[in-house]
Amino acid sequence: MDFRLGEESDAFRGLVREFLDEHLTDEVRERVHETGTVHDWGFHRALGERGWIAASWPVEVGGQGRSPFELTAMREELRLAGAPTDGLGTTLIVARTINHLGTPELKEQLLPRVLAGEMIFALGYSEPDAGSDAAAAKTRAVRDGDEWVITGQKMFTTLAHEAAYVFLLARTNLDVPKHQGLTIFLVPLDAPGVEITPVHTLGGERTNVTYYNEVRVPDSLRVGEVDRGWEVANVALAFERGGMGLTESDRIWRQTVEWATGTERDGRPVIEDPLVRERLARVAIDNEVAKLLAYRVSWIVASGGVPSVEGSMHKLFYAERFQTAVGELMDALGPDAVLAHGVDDAPVAGWVEHQYRHAPVTTIYGGTSEVMRNIIAEHGLGLPRARRSATKTKG
Amino acid sequence: MDLGLSDDQEQLVGAFALLCAREVTPERVREAEPTGFDPALWQSLVALGAPGMGAPEAVGGGGATLVDLALVAEVLGGALVPAPVVEHVVATRVLARTLAPDDGTLAALVVGDTIGAVAPVPATDGVARSVPGGGVAAAVVALDGAELVLVEHEPPGVITPNLGASPVAHVALRGPGRRVLATGDRAVLAWGRLVDEWRVLTAAALVGLGAAALDLGVEYAKVRQQFGVPIGTFQSIAHGLADAATAVDGARLLAREAAWAADEEPASASALAAMAFVFCGQTAQQATKVSLHTHGGYGFMLEYDVQLHYRRAKAWSLVGGDPRRALGDLGDALFGPVGVG
Repeated sequence: MDFRLGEESDAFRGLVREFLDEHLTDEVRERVHETGTVHDWGFHRALGERGWIAASWPVEVGGQGRSPFELTAMREELRLAGAPTDGLGTTLIVARTINHLGTPELKEQLLPRVLAGEMIFALGYSEPDAGSDAAAAKTRAVRDGDEWVITGQKMFTTLAHEAAYVFLLARTNLDVPKHQGLTIFLVPLDAPGVEITPVHTLGGERTNVTYYNEVRVPDSLRVGEVDRGWEVANVALAFERGGMGLTESDRIWRQTVEWATGTERDGRPVIEDPLVRERLARVAIDNEVAKLLAYRVSWIVASGGVPSVEGSMHKLFYAERFQTAVGELMDALGPDAVLAHGVDDAPVAGWVEHQYRHAPVTTIYGGTSEVMRNIIAEHGLGLPRARRSATKTKG
Repeated sequence: MDLGLSDDQEQLVGAFALLCAREVTPERVREAEPTGFDPALWQSLVALGAPGMGAPEAVGGGGATLVDLALVAEVLGGALVPAPVVEHVVATRVLARTLAPDDGTLAALVVGDTIGAVAPVPATDGVARSVPGGGVAAAVVALDGAELVLVEHEPPGVITPNLGASPVAHVALRGPGRRVLATGDRAVLAWGRLVDEWRVLTAAALVGLGAAALDLGVEYAKVRQQFGVPIGTFQSIAHGLADAATAVDGARLLAREAAWAADEEPASASALAAMAFVFCGQTAQQATKVSLHTHGGYGFMLEYDVQLHYRRAKAWSLVGGDPRRALGDLGDALFGPVGVG
């Protein structure tokens, strides 16, 4: 038994830290905070120059063959530093799927630019009436010769305003059960008929609604087989898990500890206040457990296994406890905790207040807590499948 | 990183699981409730070498690591073992560090002729209160003020009725059988390690207990029909069980990490021991509560087994003191003690 990521990972972690010292400036962090676009081209290209966009991919397809534990170490450093990696996250999900299922032409056309850090992808699953039930997507794709004509609307198309393509789930068949009539396309976001409208969130992030009005997409930008889009999406989702460890919850905990150590109230350091210590201790426990649940996923991957329920357990625990944690940290700071980032004497520079706004999305995006619990109950505990509504949808 | 068990560890777990399947049945646990102790089971544990497995080989012990011991504690906890194995093992280890290698009491503990226990909270006015295993242990280690002491006496054998039906008893420390093991800084260090080891192994036992209770609830939810369907099809039932299952998996990882750190990462061992003790205690209580509730009214009947788990989940943790004190210890381990430096 060994709970360390290992020497290779430690060495790689050191390189990532040096990189972050150089490229992740306060200026970058402030710009991200102001715009709500959690992506920075300068930073992203620098990652590309180091070959770290897909560091864990085999060398022959443009990666560095880094182990799951090295990947974990890298992601931990990115999160602990507060690096803007939303674009990296969505892009890798799509890029892996292209690498797995795409035609040689598609791979050649897109992957070199992706790996160089010059191109990112957005995800296009959610719709106004299709959230957790993503397979209920109504956006239509109709074949016209060598092209498809796409019409519909996608919600929460985060980074659509920076991405080259959206990885879009569209209905191509109305005469089969809903999961069997979907196809995935890479839709160029500069194509005629695409409209991008910003949506501003509680957490200060900018996302988008995207509208598709008879957008013509060549068949060469289809990913996977026609009507097999649900399986393609699931391949992509499987890639979403793993490589996690320390997170934004650890970052905000560390920032709070640092603040409490360096700040005095009534003539003594805040960190000596027993109420503050107890809250920080509680959060530390949940963070440790979340980290271990994440490490287990990486360990299963490294051992050649396929994590499923374990990934859901990590997502569920991490997100739920993160929300508890930000509440605990706010309470620990006291009344001034309400002061926002930018206010001169806001405790922890207002970052706890910021995370308190951000945290609610974590139990929603990437699969809600309810979806995670369903997976755990059915596939982990073997409980009978919960009753669901109709499996067929007319577009 | 390697979160798996070695072949030796798999065998160890298998051996104790087999023992439990044969001898720590719910019937035997119930039979032992009046005293909290099953003497025949103790003899089987002796035959397996359990009493001395945690002691160094130099004193005739098995030289097991804390990880090995945690794996065993998890199995025994899952079966609700009516014997103070965790307390005995911790007592043997602390005495192996503080007594002469040829000490007769130590030798008797290693082979299991004498039962040992530790008081995981400091004594008050010379009495260690509600000591787990204290009702059957002839050798009890406790902190009395600035002194770490060993008290040897004839155990009361009579058990104070208690929530966990465990052999807890108050132990008077200032009688004729008292030996001082360490004083001052040495006592503080030895006591700290005693508490850490007891917390880790108790945490592991609570993981086993929580997992076993969860299994009862899950199996019940699969077969119990209401409104014409198994109640496990209702998300209001399934989701509570899924939350508990997630916490139990996390608790298991944390208890094992804490045990591993005792040998491999001593700098973080105390913090992790406190974390594991708090989290595994909470999780065992969460799992038993959810599981009992899943049984509906039947869960409240003594005839159903889940109440056995429910009572012990609270009792096994609480003999280690209010978990908020452990959180205080965790704060000290993470941020340094208050008012120093």
